[in-house]
Amino acid sequence: MSELTDLYQEVVLDHGKRPRNFGPLPAETHHAEGLNPLCGDHLTVHARLDAGLVAEIKFEGSGCAISKASASVMTGVVKGRSPVEVDALFERFHKLVTEGPQAGDEETLGKLAVFGGVHEFPTRVKCASLAWHTLRQALKGDAKPVSTE
Amino acid sequence: MSPPFDRLRVSGPSYDVEAIRAQFPILHRPVRGKPLAYLDNAATTQKPRAVIDALRRYYEEDNANIHRGVHFLSEHATRLHEEARVKVARFLGAADPREVIFVRGTTEAVNLVAQTFGRQRVGPGDEVLVTGLEHHSNIVPWQLLCREKGAQLRVVPITDGGDLDLDALDRLLGPRTRILAVTQVSNALGTVTPLAELVARAHARGVPVLVDGAQGAPHLGVDVQALGADFYAFSGHKVYAPTGIGVLWGRKALLDALPPWQGGGDMILSVTFEESTFAPVPHKLEAGTPDIGGAIALGAALDWVGAVGLPAIAAHEQALMAELVDGLRAMPDVRLVGTPRVRAGAVSFLLGDVHPHDAGTILDRAGVAIRAGHHCAQPVMKRLGVPATVRASLAAYSNRADVEALLAGLHAVRKLFA
Repeated sequence: MSELTDLYQEVVLDHGKRPRNFGPLPAETHHAEGLNPLCGDHLTVHARLDAGLVAEIKFEGSGCAISKASASVMTGVVKGRSPVEVDALFERFHKLVTEGPQAGDEETLGKLAVFGGVHEFPTRVKCASLAWHTLRQALKGDAKPVSTE
Repeated sequence: MSPPFDRLRVSGPSYDVEAIRAQFPILHRPVRGKPLAYLDNAATTQKPRAVIDALRRYYEEDNANIHRGVHFLSEHATRLHEEARVKVARFLGAADPREVIFVRGTTEAVNLVAQTFGRQRVGPGDEVLVTGLEHHSNIVPWQLLCREKGAQLRVVPITDGGDLDLDALDRLLGPRTRILAVTQVSNALGTVTPLAELVARAHARGVPVLVDGAQGAPHLGVDVQALGADFYAFSGHKVYAPTGIGVLWGRKALLDALPPWQGGGDMILSVTFEESTFAPVPHKLEAGTPDIGGAIALGAALDWVGAVGLPAIAAHEQALMAELVDGLRAMPDVRLVGTPRVRAGAVSFLLGDVHPHDAGTILDRAGVAIRAGHHCAQPVMKRLGVPATVRASLAAYSNRADVEALLAGLHAVRKLFA
């Protein structure tokens, strides 16, 4: 069961149950919808950019614990970053959830390192990535819904 | 190990589920270090040794193309293939083996009817009637047809419990209704629909009926003559046969009147560049080299079902389902999704506010295979106000240990998400 406790770490369960930055963002400048048609997860990410940086970010929707926790933690770590920095961070995060933890993750990934257990569960990679795909779609200024399929 | 007393109580003295399990090699492999509790039978069933052997024997001893060769193997393979058709006809209670069309599965069967019968009969302003219980494969082919023809897709609604609203059916069966397409058993909720009643009401208005038997064939079977439906479709892989083979049954007079579907070899009498003439059914609707081994293995699967006895299988599944539903009801946070009047094969539920996907992952690590998601029935999920469910579904070989593993796994889910 240790793989399960790696996946569902306390922090993940906590963010899944009590997601941070959850709700609408009336002052948004960017938003996008994300869908995982296989499991019905459905997220909307709202962001307000100021001087090219993410000044405020919130999300809404329904999904599994992994997708909600990922969205919740993500909204915490991308504040103050530029779209280019978000892309770079996503690349590291994607490597984490597909290949597993590597040396130096703590510095580059910070709180995102709690998703280090996801790589043991290939079917859950999409859950962990959904919020990120949605955010990057929003930052492109493209309101077309993004799908994991 | 359950004591023999319990086994008697579950399934009657003649049904030895352990002897049946012994015939399914895959049930004896561990999964994630645990004994496998396979409860995803509505998605596909496992295969008994007899079916695996039939498929292997075909390729080791009998393989040749059919309906054209003059050599020994071709004649032999043709005979085996056509014997399988007779076995299917017997399983369905069909009057004539020529009413049995081999297809890839239920999805292909529905598409075939929509694109031949549907295109012939449905015009602008006409209506195609489906129900709120349907799998996507009995919705989308009709939607495509309606879009092509400028026709309207109408839907018989369902109740909160997941039964069809029969009063609404009578209102929806109108002068423009060209076909009713309805499932025998809901794959998402386990609802058994009152088919005889549906067929009677539709026929009273002159509306032909297609029955999606994908979930019905393995748990209830069918007697197509007694039922009086016009088309019946099922998939081999849900009745212990391989994937890639399925059946469309249709009343012969209707099939005879259909235009060809796919063009190609095997479905013609003669071809010139000016014109082709077509073979009679079933060959008219079976263009190209079919899944010969699959059809033969389907015949073997239906032989296997017949030897065990579908009524015995159904009684065993019903008794075990009652235990499963009781066990679920006894768990404080479980909410059943769908409480149909008559249930077969499957039960859908939610555990507190745990997302089914999370429950599925945790159960999987305990060796329990269930389905988490919308079960290709998004309109059902939307109607009942849930994005997804956990679904457990039974087969002939399901036993009490499977049910206990599921219930124990759900306790583990509760503990983790408490």
